[in-house]
Amino acid sequence: MSRGRGLRSNPAAITSCVVVAAYVLLALLGPSFSPNDIQTLDWNNVATAPALSGSHWFGTDRLGRDLYARTLEGMRTSLSVGLVGSLISLAVGIAFGAVSGYVGGRTDRLMMRFIEVLSGLPLIFFVILLTVIFGHGRHFLFVAIGAVGWLSMARIVRGQALSIRRRDYIEAAVASGAGAARIIVKHVVPNLMGPVIVYAALTVPQIIMFESFLSFLGLGEQEPHASLGTLIAEGAGEIETAAWILWIPCTILAALLLSLNIIGDGLREALDLKDHPRS
Amino acid sequence: MTAILSIDRLNVSFRSGDATVAAVRDVSLEVAAAECVGIVGESGSGKTTMFMAVMRLLARGAHIDGGIHFAGVDMLGSAAHELNRVRGSRLTMIFQDPMTALTPHLTIGRQLCEVLVTHAHMSWSGARRAALDMLERVRIPDPERRLRQHPHELSGGMRQRVMIGMSLLCNPSLLIADEPTSALDVTVQAQIIEILRVLRREMRMATVLISHDLGVVAALADRILVMYAGRIVEGAPMRMLLQRAAHPYTAALLECMPDLAAPRVARMPSLAGTAPAPSERESGCAFAPRCPRAQARCRHERPLLRASGVADHDVACHDPLGA
Amino acid sequence: MHRYFLRRLAGAIPTLFIIITLAFFLMRLTPGGPFDQEQALPPEIVANLERAYGLDRPVWVQYGRYLAALAHGDFGPSFKYKDFSVTELIAQGFPVTCELGVIALALALLIGIPLGIVASLHHRSPIDEVAMALAVVGITVPTFVVLPLLGLVFGVHLHWLPVAGWEPKSLRHLVLPVTALTLPPLAYVSRMTRGSLLETMRSPYIRTAFAKGLPLHVVIMRHAMRPALLPVAGYLPPAVASILTGSLVVESIAGLPGIGRYLVQGALNRDYTLVMGMVILYSALLIAMGLIVDLLYAWLDPRIRFET
Repeated sequence: MSRGRGLRSNPAAITSCVVVAAYVLLALLGPSFSPNDIQTLDWNNVATAPALSGSHWFGTDRLGRDLYARTLEGMRTSLSVGLVGSLISLAVGIAFGAVSGYVGGRTDRLMMRFIEVLSGLPLIFFVILLTVIFGHGRHFLFVAIGAVGWLSMARIVRGQALSIRRRDYIEAAVASGAGAARIIVKHVVPNLMGPVIVYAALTVPQIIMFESFLSFLGLGEQEPHASLGTLIAEGAGEIETAAWILWIPCTILAALLLSLNIIGDGLREALDLKDHPRS
Repeated sequence: MTAILSIDRLNVSFRSGDATVAAVRDVSLEVAAAECVGIVGESGSGKTTMFMAVMRLLARGAHIDGGIHFAGVDMLGSAAHELNRVRGSRLTMIFQDPMTALTPHLTIGRQLCEVLVTHAHMSWSGARRAALDMLERVRIPDPERRLRQHPHELSGGMRQRVMIGMSLLCNPSLLIADEPTSALDVTVQAQIIEILRVLRREMRMATVLISHDLGVVAALADRILVMYAGRIVEGAPMRMLLQRAAHPYTAALLECMPDLAAPRVARMPSLAGTAPAPSERESGCAFAPRCPRAQARCRHERPLLRASGVADHDVACHDPLGA
Repeated sequence: MHRYFLRRLAGAIPTLFIIITLAFFLMRLTPGGPFDQEQALPPEIVANLERAYGLDRPVWVQYGRYLAALAHGDFGPSFKYKDFSVTELIAQGFPVTCELGVIALALALLIGIPLGIVASLHHRSPIDEVAMALAVVGITVPTFVVLPLLGLVFGVHLHWLPVAGWEPKSLRHLVLPVTALTLPPLAYVSRMTRGSLLETMRSPYIRTAFAKGLPLHVVIMRHAMRPALLPVAGYLPPAVASILTGSLVVESIAGLPGIGRYLVQGALNRDYTLVMGMVILYSALLIAMGLIVDLLYAWLDPRIRFET
């Protein structure tokens, strides 16, 4: 498939892949390098700047907690939310779009109208509404975030499903008496995975950004757990005294988002997709 | 008489991936003042590309070699502002598809007047008068209303007439008409040709008429040049070409033109095969694979364009007809 | 053209209606009431409060009363800010947010479009590459990262600008928030303008314009810009959405008393009516934007005017 060749000739994308791989490794193995955990309050070292000597490489915050450990936890949160969130939006989007595109007719029109109405508004506000109802917290976060990505996914999937519907093997399946559900699962879905993978790759950074945003506002991850968003929020309050609490998670988040976007764009170019809403 | 346009050993090629596509190969020609030269050839023969090069309308990736001189201006060597003095005023071009050639969001009046405002330094209101006159000259009824309309409110034939009018506003010395009738219905074609004939005579302007349709060219041209695979293969005064074509390709083209007066034939004559793609390399005469008179020599040695012995009649063939 | 607009308006109203209904019933789904956050109140007091706020009536009645109140521009009382109604809070905060947002949008367009034009004219040159790389950064780095960092550099280290706070009629306080708010839509607009202009310049009618001997700036401004700006016009509603979202962050960090801050506070405090009021307001704004954009489309492309 051309995908591999396309990416290999894109130096920015390669660098980004390396960066993301480094992130994953760091998130998984990083804590084992440090003796500190995310909760211990080290009263001897309150709000100290980053130093390679000693054990607080990234410094500490106002409560004496090790920033290195907390940053790694934040990275773990972002990566896991990004992964789970996009899997959820992938699943929901595919289910919705495949059914809508394959069944067609009034059902399709109705489902598309539903998506249109929802996409007209920034979901963020509705998610905020939901946090008011259901409270903030980790479990809810995953659901709320899945709510973000599935809309555009469903649209893409539906478009693909519409074109797949007319293909020969579908007709053959229908003629052999297979039911709609079976056809959708066994024939439609496997054949639309190509562009879908690319869009899934592009939703990961969106989801990570969304989670950080919610956490930043205080509506996401709660104490004592850390998300890059909560760290940044904390840092924003300390820029005059402990600036490292701000710029370390900021840099990490920005680099992660940039890398993921570059990879997504690279994948999109390699597969030569033209109708992405974001360009 | 000095030529108004002289093209000297022009080569135009494009880079496409790894391949180099040669669209125009070593073409030289001259157009005299008030002369109408017809250029005939299939698509891919390079006829359009050549004149796009003259107008400097080719994209940046085009590689142009040779000399193009119009009324003393070196078209290939001049800077943009020098070209813009000449383009649209003394040297104009109209294009094949009138449906897309006009700017959709500007009124007809605006698009006509801007030529005069830019080149003749008229005011917008002064230009309007001239634009109205021109619309009448190209036989567009109710010109006042048309000036206020947008292109999509006019039919194809009317749009082409607007294009013609637009190109004549500054009394050009040379008008290049690239397939002006190809996108139009037959009845409309005849009207356009008639307008071109009348105006050309009235304004005593040189014309280059490019077409794949020999019939259209024959209606207007004084002299016809036939192009094949990027080269000129024959050039002669119109009547001579039609009656005594020397190049086998020209002869085949003439044979393909249906003659309504002649008795019906069982099978329409057609020319077998296709022209070589511009990216293919040349070996010998490009027409040899399709030529009924081809000899061994034709496949190795490319025939040069030279005088055939009859005045003003050039042909590029090792064994021309009637020789 | 008027019929076209009226039809769009007619389509927008049901959407707004659905949003209001959805918001209302979502709110009612909440387990527990808005007074749970306080220390445990004796049930009689809770009952009194509920009666005062009209929460003891059946859901349908509450819905009807809410709609009726909305029609009068009354969003109900704020549960948290006991002395204020939501409408009053909105009236206080809206001008600030509006000022912020309008400036950001205007800057995004006024700077982004020319940047896009320049980039497209220098297609494939270093200027183009650099500009587009910067645009990518502007789009991907979130506002809540940009603003504190800007504050760190310009406020703390360089002492040029105040980091937070707000005084009426003080421009200095707006510089950093507006900058942070403007960057993402600016990046988008410039990228979009560049791409769209490159595409438009390939059109046949542009070739005609050049053949007429028109100078480059005339060809671009008179012939190419209007069609090229169509996608940018289409981007306006998402741009407004992005600015509204960004204002949540910006107002919270910089301490600006706009409605964005109220929304965040309301969410944290579980202040139903406030959050609902905000959501409805934002939705109405976006729908209005959509209608304005439709009008803009019709102006930019005369062909649309005639398709009713």
